[in-house]
Amino acid sequence: MSTNLATQLQMLPEALAAHLVISVVSLLLGVAISVPLGLIAVRYRRVRGPLLAVVGLIQTVPGLALLALMVPILVAVGDVLEPLVAVPALGMLPVLIALTLYAMLPVLRNTVAGIEGVDPALIEAAHAIGMTDRQVLRFVQVPLAAPVMLAGVRTAAVWVVGMATLATPVGQTSLGNFIFAGLQTRNVVAVLVGCAGAAGLALWMDAALAVIERAVARRRPAWAVGAGVALALSVAVGVALPRWSAPPSDRPVVVVGSKPFTEQYVLASLIESLLVDHGVAVQRRDSLGSSIALDGLLAGELDVYVDYSGTLWANHLGRTEVASGPVVLEAVCARLRSDGVDCLGPVGFENAYALAVREADAVDHGWSSLEDLSADAAGRAVGADIEFFQRPEWAAVRQAYGLDFARERTFDSTFLYEAASAEEVDAIVAYTSDGRVAAHHLRVLTDPRGALPPYDAVLLLGPDAPSVVATALAPLVGSVDVAAMREANRRVDVDGATPQQAAAWLRTQLSPRTPAP
Amino acid sequence: MIRLHGVSKRWEPGGPLVVDAIDLAVAEGEWLAVIGASGSGKTTALKMINALVAPTAGIVTVGGRDVTSVSPESLRRSIGTVLQSVGLLPHWTVYDNVAAVPHLLGWAEDRVDARVRALLDDVGLPAETFAERGPADLSGGQRQRVGVARALAAESRILLLDEPFGALDPVTRDQLQGLVRGLHDRLGLTTVMVTHDMAGALRLADRIAVMSAGRVLRIGTPRDLLTDPEHAEVAALLDAPRRHAAVLDGLLR
Repeated sequence: MSTNLATQLQMLPEALAAHLVISVVSLLLGVAISVPLGLIAVRYRRVRGPLLAVVGLIQTVPGLALLALMVPILVAVGDVLEPLVAVPALGMLPVLIALTLYAMLPVLRNTVAGIEGVDPALIEAAHAIGMTDRQVLRFVQVPLAAPVMLAGVRTAAVWVVGMATLATPVGQTSLGNFIFAGLQTRNVVAVLVGCAGAAGLALWMDAALAVIERAVARRRPAWAVGAGVALALSVAVGVALPRWSAPPSDRPVVVVGSKPFTEQYVLASLIESLLVDHGVAVQRRDSLGSSIALDGLLAGELDVYVDYSGTLWANHLGRTEVASGPVVLEAVCARLRSDGVDCLGPVGFENAYALAVREADAVDHGWSSLEDLSADAAGRAVGADIEFFQRPEWAAVRQAYGLDFARERTFDSTFLYEAASAEEVDAIVAYTSDGRVAAHHLRVLTDPRGALPPYDAVLLLGPDAPSVVATALAPLVGSVDVAAMREANRRVDVDGATPQQAAAWLRTQLSPRTPAP
Repeated sequence: MIRLHGVSKRWEPGGPLVVDAIDLAVAEGEWLAVIGASGSGKTTALKMINALVAPTAGIVTVGGRDVTSVSPESLRRSIGTVLQSVGLLPHWTVYDNVAAVPHLLGWAEDRVDARVRALLDDVGLPAETFAERGPADLSGGQRQRVGVARALAAESRILLLDEPFGALDPVTRDQLQGLVRGLHDRLGLTTVMVTHDMAGALRLADRIAVMSAGRVLRIGTPRDLLTDPEHAEVAALLDAPRRHAAVLDGLLR
């Protein structure tokens, strides 16, 4: 067995257990809410249409968006309820809420359809022998609708298991950890392990529910009890497993976050190793959504992660104008300090957006700056990551240079560089610290008009981070130059090293420039 | 035992009267057949007796009491009903279907058991063979027998039959008709049967009410109707059985 596969399989039980727990719990919650709602909808015709419309509307919200929306909503709810109870905005709670909402539609719709599908002649006969409405529901409508209702539960189960892979970006461990990290670090084995785990889990839940469905149809309660016990046992194992495997510890636990791309995994691994050497227990929250990481830090659920000054400038401060690196960094840190977050300091390199083109094209057309490109942009296509075209920087660049591409295409950042070298697009919005710029023979164009803001990587500490964190991470401040970061990223993205291996190499390259005064 | 006083029914305000101010009285121990074409209002009139349908106007009494003075459920539990569709619960066994009303009334289990077994014997479906079967395992005639047993399970003194023999083959129908009339006589039931089978009505009923367009055209004993139909429509209904009888007479002569 390859070491890569062995490493992935080692992490599988915990992810599988967490995935099972969130799936089953939210499925049960979804059923517990939707079946009574379905009965209400059947009984009171007036609420039926609006109810199905609202639940159907929830379903149209893309899964990832629904999960990501839960975080700011819970932060707001937490602010209101703060004196009474702490509301965690990351992790299991937002996932359970979103998955429960997602599980509702098939169960609700099938409950209504199942009950309304019962032969009216049977209902009249049941009334004719003297059953009350309630008895008709209990003895006739629900038992006869049960197979249809259970079919809805099975549909919901498969949806929920699939959508639970999206729990990773909001900080809940799931099989999505393999998929998100694997896609970003080009680790196909990890992606396959995540997919196989999710498929296996979906099949297992579906099989258990199929047995229950058959038991109901053939009136074999023992089968249903058996399948229910098997499901419950697997959830119990899922709950118990992480508690068992986690060594009991009274050391402070520091939560280290990362966003979903290679550089972030490498830096989080580096931070982890520095903390562990200072006797700190570390918990990782990897692949967090961009705004979710900052929300988590502000809410005290993350203790440390690396963000970029330009991102915070635009998204947190809402600024659209371009300013110099030190100005941006100072403004961002001042604002974060007032929010309770400490800027430990810049890491030393910048991971800016920059337009890159194929080296051969650059030579042919004589492109070296954005000014050169703007003359030839008409009729050409540009690619960028999923968020860039929505960001104010893009409007600023286009305005500054009069850039007018024929087409804008978005790619996952994993595939962006390939899109350029495979001539899917003529230019891409690359990251300056990315090792794949050189590996794919791309040339980064200069920005003589300064339209793209600075993106200094900066270490952020949450309000509850213990003081040892600042001590442990001090060697990191100002000590990673862009060449070192690019090489570390390249080792993962091009050579197939793990983020841990790249972090170990990067640690040997730390070179503090001027010590902080 | 059962009286309908000036009873009318329209399904929606301003709609047509499906039952138009009818008066009917059924004496204790009597078997009344209500006959008429589809849409004549006969089934609606029947369903007003056990409050499955509420009259728009008029009063229905059972045993001298206005049916609206008791809860519809307790009224229906005291009246045995066999509907056209039978309506056996498909997820319940024959036994559980017959035991349904006694269970709803909270009878003790041994009393229920004795009653169900006796009734299944009465309708010719011995419990040893049929109790645990599901309705899907029965023939149409057997299902009707279970329906009759269920209707009588709670010792009802009144039996309402809505076209219960319509879908059966002639031999089975004949057997079942004889069986139910026998039970009616033995148990001293008061029976109202809705049908469009005039031959069956002539054979089974003590009196026949002929309905058309929501009204009772003619009510009387089979002999009354045969000797003086009064209406062309009644005469037409009697025509078919008469011709059958004449053909049979001719063949035997």
